[in-house]
Amino acid sequence: MSTEPEAPAPTPADGPSSGPTRRTFIATTSAVGGVVIAGGAIGGGFLASDEADAAPAAPASRVSLTVNGTRHTVTVDNRTSLLDLLREHLDLTGAKKGCDAGACGACTVLVDGHRQNACLTLAVRLEGAKVTTIEGLADGERLHPLQQAFIDEDAFQCGYCTPGQIVSGVGCIKEGHTHSPEEIREWMSGNICRCGCYVKIVRAVEQAAGRK
Amino acid sequence: MYPFEYTRVSDTKDALTAGRRGGRYIAGGTTLVDLMRETVERPETVVDISGLPLDEVTATERGGLRIGALVTMSAAAAHPKVRTLFPVVSQSLELSASAQLRNMATIGGNIMQRTRCTYFRDVTAACNKREPGSGCAAREGYNRSHAILGTSDACVATHPSDVAVAFAALEAEVHVLGADGQRRIPFADFLLRPGSTPNREQALRKGELITAVEIPALPRPLASGYLKVRDRQSYEFALTSAAVALHIRGGVIREAKVAAGGVGTVPWKLPAVEQHLVGERPSASLWAAAAAKAADGARPLAHNRFKTDLLKRTVERKLRIVGGTK
Repeated sequence: MSTEPEAPAPTPADGPSSGPTRRTFIATTSAVGGVVIAGGAIGGGFLASDEADAAPAAPASRVSLTVNGTRHTVTVDNRTSLLDLLREHLDLTGAKKGCDAGACGACTVLVDGHRQNACLTLAVRLEGAKVTTIEGLADGERLHPLQQAFIDEDAFQCGYCTPGQIVSGVGCIKEGHTHSPEEIREWMSGNICRCGCYVKIVRAVEQAAGRK
Repeated sequence: MYPFEYTRVSDTKDALTAGRRGGRYIAGGTTLVDLMRETVERPETVVDISGLPLDEVTATERGGLRIGALVTMSAAAAHPKVRTLFPVVSQSLELSASAQLRNMATIGGNIMQRTRCTYFRDVTAACNKREPGSGCAAREGYNRSHAILGTSDACVATHPSDVAVAFAALEAEVHVLGADGQRRIPFADFLLRPGSTPNREQALRKGELITAVEIPALPRPLASGYLKVRDRQSYEFALTSAAVALHIRGGVIREAKVAAGGVGTVPWKLPAVEQHLVGERPSASLWAAAAAKAADGARPLAHNRFKTDLLKRTVERKLRIVGGTK
């Protein structure tokens, strides 16, 4: 996010004793293709440090995956969700943590082309997977047609659910469930918008799907 | 979430070995990861079975369908054979969860999913299913969404699956693989009523692995469908639901398969309704008379008395739609 301060210089993040903060960890791991050593302290992302301290040797695994076209090989605490891997380790904060329980859709990403809830996806399971997040949709400076449609239709207010809505909408269009506003509503129901922008979200998906 | 060991297996033999050692199988993970985060589930080892070759839908020789345990809900629902032969299965799947969850969750995992009872999910509440002997907070608590059929003093939680209701109606079989080889479990025996041991939910032995769900051949033509009644139109669990399949020939109902969801501690097969229909000619009065038996034996709780009537109306309406009368 643009309001975030500059990350401090990288420090080793090899276990609980080094006490990495979120910020230093991001700095350590945002190098493209870098190897990440993630001990128990940062495994759960927002895990309380006392819980992590109680399990200093939390099992970790190595996994290689491609995110928005860039290959990453990381070692993560087995508990790490794809959402936390993206947000806390790879500095891709577009996918949002709403409910962290698969109930809101704010974390929606594409895994091997299919929309999924990143919060319920364990990162260690993604060996060889190709992940696309909201950051990977635009073609350089040119927005994805659905991103442009969200702007054209003014399909958001606070914007928190928007990355998930857009990625989910890309999946919805790809799946071909855009034959009517009713069908779009049904197949987009996994994305909750607290501001209630549903009418415009449906219009945006219609526009990008070429129905309008 | 508690720490856990993670292991990935690529053949069923390795899976069974890991399962016998107490490893917990993970397929789509949509229930397991959620409950691990809530610390309701605390597996020491998670065994990733997503690489096993159990992801195909195949027609059986006799005209039934075998759906591999790792077929995702979305793939099963969209499969041409499932759509044409058993619309009730496709409909029940597409009325479940969200598109994202259906892309992750599998058929085997779906029938293994655990109840959505809020007290089960709340580790500070009494729950005999989560912690045997601790009591049941739902009995005296807020129980609007809970079961009215198949309950016990120990547990009143519903089974949340929709497709399991279709499988129960169609009398599917669950194929499982264990140390002693393959066996088939009739769907009616697969999910266990709570009784005094609500912590035991499936008729699986330690380490057994679900490989497929097989829907038997049924006489054609077969009209079928699923109706789900809930508090919002999409992305919500059932208050009541009905899975109906009817074989009507010569103007007479020859076969009737009916089960209900949202009302039972397990998917609730309705043999009395089925028996009332077989041999009769479709009519508005027949649907009503058959559906009147849908809630036989119901024992409502303080907040879910409405389910008794709602269940009968749900079954009647779906019989009318599938049966093709106005």
